[in-house]
Amino acid sequence: MKEFVDVWILGLGLATLTYGTPLILAALGGLFSERSGIVNIALEGMMTAGAFFAIYVSVQTNSWFFGLIGAMLAGMVLAAVHAVATVTFHADQIVSGTAIILIAAGLVNFLNLTLFGSEGSPPDISSPWKVGPADFRVSVLVPLAFLAVAGTWFVIFRTPFGLRLRSVGEHPRAADTVGIDVARMRYTAVLVSGALAGLAGAFISFNVDSYTENMVAGNGFIALAALIFGKWKPVPVMMACLLFGFAQGLASRLGGVGWLPDAFQSPELLNALPYVITLIALAGFVGKAVPPAAVGKPYIKH
Amino acid sequence: MAQATPGATILELKDVSKRFGEFYANRGVNFDLRAGEVHCLCGENGAGKSTMMNMLYGLLEPTEGTISMDGAPVHIGGPRHAIDLGIGMVHQHFMLIPVFTVAENIVLADEPTQGMTLDIKAAEARVRELSDRYGLSVDPSARVQDITVGQQQRAEILKALYRRARILILDEPTAVLTPQEIEELLRVIGLLRDEGMSIIMITHKLKEVLSIADRISVLRRGEMVGTVPREGQTEASIANMMVGRDVLLKVDKTESIPERPVLTVQDLWVKDDRDLDAVRGASFEVHAGEIVGVAGIDGNGQEELVDAIAGLRPIQRGRITLDGEDITGLSPHEVSEAGLGHIPQDRHRRGMVLDFDLRENVMLHDWDKRDMVRFGIIDRAASAERAETLCDMYDVRSGGGIGSRAGSLSGGNQQKLVIAREIQRDPKLLIAAQPTRGVDIGAIEFIHRRLVEERDAGTAVLLVSLEMSEVLSLSDRIVVIFEGEIVAEFEGGRVDEQRLGMAMIGSGDGHSVPGQAGIGGALAGPEVEETPA
Repeated sequence: MKEFVDVWILGLGLATLTYGTPLILAALGGLFSERSGIVNIALEGMMTAGAFFAIYVSVQTNSWFFGLIGAMLAGMVLAAVHAVATVTFHADQIVSGTAIILIAAGLVNFLNLTLFGSEGSPPDISSPWKVGPADFRVSVLVPLAFLAVAGTWFVIFRTPFGLRLRSVGEHPRAADTVGIDVARMRYTAVLVSGALAGLAGAFISFNVDSYTENMVAGNGFIALAALIFGKWKPVPVMMACLLFGFAQGLASRLGGVGWLPDAFQSPELLNALPYVITLIALAGFVGKAVPPAAVGKPYIKH
Repeated sequence: MAQATPGATILELKDVSKRFGEFYANRGVNFDLRAGEVHCLCGENGAGKSTMMNMLYGLLEPTEGTISMDGAPVHIGGPRHAIDLGIGMVHQHFMLIPVFTVAENIVLADEPTQGMTLDIKAAEARVRELSDRYGLSVDPSARVQDITVGQQQRAEILKALYRRARILILDEPTAVLTPQEIEELLRVIGLLRDEGMSIIMITHKLKEVLSIADRISVLRRGEMVGTVPREGQTEASIANMMVGRDVLLKVDKTESIPERPVLTVQDLWVKDDRDLDAVRGASFEVHAGEIVGVAGIDGNGQEELVDAIAGLRPIQRGRITLDGEDITGLSPHEVSEAGLGHIPQDRHRRGMVLDFDLRENVMLHDWDKRDMVRFGIIDRAASAERAETLCDMYDVRSGGGIGSRAGSLSGGNQQKLVIAREIQRDPKLLIAAQPTRGVDIGAIEFIHRRLVEERDAGTAVLLVSLEMSEVLSLSDRIVVIFEGEIVAEFEGGRVDEQRLGMAMIGSGDGHSVPGQAGIGGALAGPEVEETPA
């Protein structure tokens, strides 16, 4: 019984939080951006940059806190590129996002090799505090992510800033005619998006206290799926992220279960589980998700 | 509302020009607005009315000239600045966010707050207060997407009042309203004027101009033709100023001679995009040689009715025949081959491909016709020849001939192109849905004449229009659609706007035509009155 609780309740709970937290942070980032009308498929790239710079800055300053700041700034730099391309120059948001993913992957791998060399980052680095009871220790970023959910809900739905942000994502011309600076709102939202995605990346690398190539592994896209599954609303988005996190945790655990047929023990098949659940969720259970009306469309003044 | 001395000039444009490249949208315009007046601004599409208003609202900057308020020159830097100066604008396409509530829309960017949070209670209270004061009833907590167009417009006006506008610009405010709503709007405009508001109203509906304006200004091709007091003006005199020649406002047509029924619709049921019944048991006929007008307020099933006939939307129940042939459930192409000409309501979405040139647009139907396509290859010469002929016959004006992109044409010319293409196919039934929407007075006259000519040539014409005057002046017979049902039927020329308007809101006294009442199944209103023969 003790073993069952350890493995399947605490273990799976921890795994769900470990896999779910970066999804939550990144999906909230996507929420800010898309609520303002800018599709941000570049979350994946911003997470990759965040994952690397969290470790790099932490090593350089010997402070995980500065590592987090570094990760957020790295995400924001890429976000700024996305904002300049899509808001100022009306570039296609999908194309710009794809370009940023590719640039981030290449650049970060280059920096990783140049700055750390082939042996990678040093083994002992400053890593975020762990909190919680003895057999359920989690990174301080976990409660922070849940606070971010509440904070996002408050900002988006209870403040004048949130009302204006949503107005820009729904009907930018209407916002413009009452004197809201559409471009400024969108820049702000995309930069916030980058900061949150950077933080999400930092969680992933701090989880193992090192950066390895392609460690974000599609989580940016799963966060986007969660954003749609959660219909652009903070709490449902969080639930979607936890579901996807649970699926990943489950996949990582089923490998060692004796009674499963051999075929299901194959790690390749098990690793596909979260993606299969993502697909089924999006195809079958979302119902009609109505995105912000102006999402993906550049706003061109007269 | 800030009170200025009534009659004093509060806003003045002096020699204002706006140039886009070589093209002058406004040239040397002089205009003044007095405190507490309703000043109507008329002009055809492209005359420069919107440009002028966009300069007043800070969306465009004048190339030359000065704008003054209360005698002092001002430079209006943007909408925010215009609002601060006391200028409010109700745009033709409402600037409302459908998923927001009325109150959220009204306070947006000037929100009342309590600490960090948006004080939505205070916002709703303020909206209620304003709406009571001006009789602009609208529920502040309702979502904009759930309220009627008339209520949305009231929300727009409240938006300007909330921002303490003393100059109100109304851009084509009656284009989307029912007759009753128009009357109500004109009453509100009168009330606002009495309170000291100065109002600029852009419209091309001459009847309204004559009923509400204190003064009238007319723009033509970017230049101010003149400003005149309302007294002594007639519809004809203003139309003449707008177009620069006398315009035939009444459609000249003879009594129709209906022949065999061409279109018969029996107990038709159609669902809309939200899967609700949009057309509910409609039955009617259109005979060769007559124009049947479908009157109704927007969104009462007209679109779905037309789509169903054209094969663009599945039919739940019922039967449609075209000249004796059952076309129920046929594909759009098959229906069109069976003899339908269709001038769709939304010419951009369904009437043409904006990125194609005129030649390609003219032959859209003919991808499988031997005279246009040989062995899968388009006969450029033949299609060019047809395009040239049609543009000639229908006076379609374009910058670069038949090689012009359709999207570069003015609305009126685009519409003439669609009409030309549909009529040259020599259809048995011609559906004209909103054939003159967004079209100039001059082009309206032309289009109306073509429709009557088609009728005289023996085509059955089904006219669907939201413009009551258009339905009244063109139709030989009028059926009224309300909530998807044909609720009344009138002989053309035997009904006035008032009675038709009542029928359109479902409380009509429209009389039945023998044998017709039972099929439609629903004559709204308890009393069915026979029109004296």
